[in-house]
Amino acid sequence: MNKFKLNSKYKAVVIGGSAGSFQGIVKILSNLPPNFPLPIIMCLHRLKHVRNGFVEALSLKSIVEVTEPFDKENIKKGKIYLAPANYHMSVELGHYFSLSTEEMINNSRPAIDITLGTAAYVYRDKLVGILLSGANKDGGLGMKYIKDRGGITIVQEPSECMIDTMPRAAMNATNIDHVLKIDQIVQFLKELHKHYIS
Amino acid sequence: MKDIDIADLRKITELVKLKHGYDFTNYAMSSFKRRLVRILELYNLSIEALIRKLQEPSFVEEFLNEITVNVTEMFRDPSFWRVLRDDIIPGILLNHNKIRIWHAGCSSGEEVFSIAILLKEMGILHNVQIIATDLDTNILEKAKSGSYNIKSMDLNEKNYIRFQGTGSLKDYYKEVNGKAIMDESLLMDVSFRKHDLVKGDIFNKFDLILCRNVMIYFNQTLQNNVLKKFHESLFKYGYLAIGSKESLIWCDIANKFIVVNNEEKVYKKIKD
Repeated sequence: MNKFKLNSKYKAVVIGGSAGSFQGIVKILSNLPPNFPLPIIMCLHRLKHVRNGFVEALSLKSIVEVTEPFDKENIKKGKIYLAPANYHMSVELGHYFSLSTEEMINNSRPAIDITLGTAAYVYRDKLVGILLSGANKDGGLGMKYIKDRGGITIVQEPSECMIDTMPRAAMNATNIDHVLKIDQIVQFLKELHKHYIS
Repeated sequence: MKDIDIADLRKITELVKLKHGYDFTNYAMSSFKRRLVRILELYNLSIEALIRKLQEPSFVEEFLNEITVNVTEMFRDPSFWRVLRDDIIPGILLNHNKIRIWHAGCSSGEEVFSIAILLKEMGILHNVQIIATDLDTNILEKAKSGSYNIKSMDLNEKNYIRFQGTGSLKDYYKEVNGKAIMDESLLMDVSFRKHDLVKGDIFNKFDLILCRNVMIYFNQTLQNNVLKKFHESLFKYGYLAIGSKESLIWCDIANKFIVVNNEEKVYKKIKD
């Protein structure tokens, strides 16, 4: 099986999601192949003033613990990161995170466009971007950056989304590589993983 | 959205440094770039036009005002303010009856009012001297004026309730023409002054330094420099409070502090 024509050049996976994405995220994280080699960087819309609980809930289901990085924390292979509540999360050129409390973007902080856009800048064509269900257009521009810098772009099949505004915004912004159901996204990551086993 | 390449970014930081004496070289790259793009869009300028405009001394104040991030809340992270009231300040009071606080990077003053309200409710506002500093004189004026958009008070009030203050936030401001005007007596023991964390000198010793969500705009080199200044500016056994997602783990002088509260990121200086 080599449905997606992948190789081992990829260095990171970024995932954005909002309303209706929680179940999908859980399914992806609980079905990750063991020792998945790439860092997974997630920016999900969440309640701004609830600091605790979300990352713990995701960790319970995930095969790898999910952590909210500190400002200037290094990005490590095989780790799963979640943008903390009420901060934007950027990827910096030295492969570490910066947090910020700048103005909301698309009414959101963390904003998916920021995480996806900065990750695209740093990882260029070595990035996989995935955008799931959501009720606003945040993430659409970020997916365009990923595509423009040569990365691979995936959105959740709109018919499977609880709210399809977000994946549709990305499909309008750029020519998305793959429109997939959650099960197929899991298959994609499994296929990607195979290229890293020598 | 426009992008700015690194060469242009360097041109701008060099110019601002040489011509105006502000050094943004070691600001965190991604947010600094976004601030520059924001300025280009706000003033509808090209990079070249911005570079020309930055020659004008009058534009620099506006530039500083936009390049720095001034998004803040009263009682942001209510649990932090509870720890300050219930543990940290009582701890300082065991040894000192006068307390000196440095609020570094105070922005538009929401947290200055938060600490003043907290101290007032503890009945010790007048035993405390607060120095509130920022790089940006415009924002210091705004902080001094204590006038906020009434809409922002909803969130501030919610935070205050979760902080579990003794009254209501409404006790501390009046609504005038769509603005919340803060009770100016809260600022009686506060002095505001311009201070640049990058180039500024150490100017006093303190029992507590508050610097939350300011150093996130710096790279690690600059964070280390600023933390050295904070270390020197604290009395032995003085406290440093940083943002809940900041950490001293990676910094050069981590061994001169101990963690007092890990959840709220409060540290105590234990070595000179």
